[in-house]
Amino acid sequence: MFTRGLKRKCVGHEEDMEGALAGLKTVSSYSLQRQSLLDMSLVKLQLCHMLVEPNLCRSVLIANTVRQIQEEMTQDGTWRSVTPQEAGRAPLDRLVSTEILCRSAWEQEGARPAPGLGDGHVQGPVSDLCPVTSAQAPRHPQSGIWELDGPREDRGGFHKSLDQIFETLETKNPGCMEELFSDVDSPYYDLDTVLTGMVGGARPGPCEGLEGLAPATPGPSSSCKSDLGELDHVVEILVET
Amino acid sequence: MEVESDSHIHMCWQVLSARTKKWPLADIISTVEFNYSGDLLATGDKGGRVVIFQREQENKSRPHSRGEYNVYSTFQSHEPEFDYLKSLEIEEKINKIRWLPQQNAAHFLLSTNDKTIKLWKISERDKRAEGYNLKDEDGRLRDPFRITALRVPILKPMDLMVEASPRRIFANAHTYHINSISVNSDHETYLSADDLRINLWHLEITDRSFNIVDIKPANMEELTEVITAAEFHPHQCNVFVYSSSKGTIRLCDMRSSALCDRHSKFFEEPEDPSSRSFFSEIISSISDVKFSHSGRYMMSRDYLSVKVWDLNMESRPLETHQVHEYLRSKLCSLYENDCIFDKFECCWNGSDSAIMTGSYNNFFRMFDRDTRRDVTLEASRESSKPRASLKPRKVCTGGKRKKDEISVDSLDFNKKILHTAWHPADSVIAVAATNNLYIFQGKIN
Repeated sequence: MFTRGLKRKCVGHEEDMEGALAGLKTVSSYSLQRQSLLDMSLVKLQLCHMLVEPNLCRSVLIANTVRQIQEEMTQDGTWRSVTPQEAGRAPLDRLVSTEILCRSAWEQEGARPAPGLGDGHVQGPVSDLCPVTSAQAPRHPQSGIWELDGPREDRGGFHKSLDQIFETLETKNPGCMEELFSDVDSPYYDLDTVLTGMVGGARPGPCEGLEGLAPATPGPSSSCKSDLGELDHVVEILVET
Repeated sequence: MEVESDSHIHMCWQVLSARTKKWPLADIISTVEFNYSGDLLATGDKGGRVVIFQREQENKSRPHSRGEYNVYSTFQSHEPEFDYLKSLEIEEKINKIRWLPQQNAAHFLLSTNDKTIKLWKISERDKRAEGYNLKDEDGRLRDPFRITALRVPILKPMDLMVEASPRRIFANAHTYHINSISVNSDHETYLSADDLRINLWHLEITDRSFNIVDIKPANMEELTEVITAAEFHPHQCNVFVYSSSKGTIRLCDMRSSALCDRHSKFFEEPEDPSSRSFFSEIISSISDVKFSHSGRYMMSRDYLSVKVWDLNMESRPLETHQVHEYLRSKLCSLYENDCIFDKFECCWNGSDSAIMTGSYNNFFRMFDRDTRRDVTLEASRESSKPRASLKPRKVCTGGKRKKDEISVDSLDFNKKILHTAWHPADSVIAVAATNNLYIFQGKIN
């Protein structure tokens, strides 16, 4: 389900090429498995409980696994960039599966419109995981969390925060990674909320001064929206009490 | 069946008490702990409740009691809360219970959820005062003008009532989720540990705690390691240890500095390069660390093994016991279904000669350190009749499966035993299997 196949050249004489194919299969099967593991890890980081803080230990361990895979892939030279056309096809499949996964998780929790807090979290690196997604939930309780034209404002931010996170890998070619995640049009890659929340994207936010981190606020155009979201939330609380 | 009479674990383990319920999720047992005498056993559950069992005194008039454990007290320790600032629920699940040494007739324990620690006093009342002047027996106030004579209230026996009352609430000191609490040997202080910090408290003071370990990086993006467990040394009140998600254990001495960010000792087993995989770090993450009763050793539990360390040797463990090595080839599946993140606890027996930990399929394992033998037992409803004896189980790791063996692929990974406890003196063990509690007694044939 999560495999992204390496393109295999069509070879002619199978008998002659058997040995070579076998070798290729071994190599590519490891690469496939590794890619599958990477994809699985990224999905795991995405899924979170809506109302309860995710487990920090688990998130850190998964993130470390992702880093290890990326390191190895970078050393192999298999950490290739994804062209926009390619990215257009593959992520859609994953988009659906992720949406279904998230929707079922959401339905399990019950459609609780938790007051979505856009920004400005004190404490807790993982606090951002939930608020951003739950901010969307009250507005669209029935549909999936990862909407196709959903959080446009987060995409740019995702792009940057992943860079920050993987910068620590000291990759030979940072440009590769940027390009890999350049297809930020798909909300599948809303990992910014996840990864930012988990390891803390220290981006300027309304509550910057307080410890912990604020979620990704990618650009000036979107910061207004998130501020409004926060204001809504505060008003909601005041009204409810 | 050959029985090793000199083995601490190869006894006839019989069911002493079995509390099996068909309750929903809220009753999943999340912690089990004997008190210092072993007469009381406390359990905490996902619904925030604490249930305390008391051992019946064995006496001639009740020959069938055999020292069974019966419910002594039940109370709601923690309630679900809502953190308005973060828009997140704070789970009421009890993460840990730790008893205080008994100093008077009452019993005290600490119970904690993710954010708040509470000190509970459990006291008995078996007498009732009767003959008050100002109120009737049913509590209604008497009309003062009707009182013509004064009387002295008399204490009369009543049915035993066990009351639990919260004496202290230690809150707002943890940003991250509390995973451990540990009472110090000075009986005045205790520590609480979350993912990134460890705080020191005085039992009398609730509005202040001292931060003694802080591993939070200045830039959270650099976070790669968290604290997984912490415990005070049983005798040296200045020494404690904490374990990490990278498989390391740090021993700290509070006399060296106020902030114990620099450890006194660092315990880590060098990695075997031949068995390295993408899961190496995850399975090396330590889920529990426990000092031996003697204070000379400590034990750490990682995903596949239990290691016993000599406090004087940091380079490698003294012993490594494989809990379920057959899972090593299944790590990818266990990662996929999240089982690889399960946090198993471990415990010592009273004499430190045996250790116990849980596994899957309701199996739990005991290791005898002296004879180097081990046994696998199962805590299940089928074997939960009183005085039923447990039969040793075996997992078939490959090849032809013998009769009574169970193959790795048939294991039920939803039935996990994460919490076990061993009586501080006797051969009595408590095993929590999801929402069922089993207490077994070992008898030497």
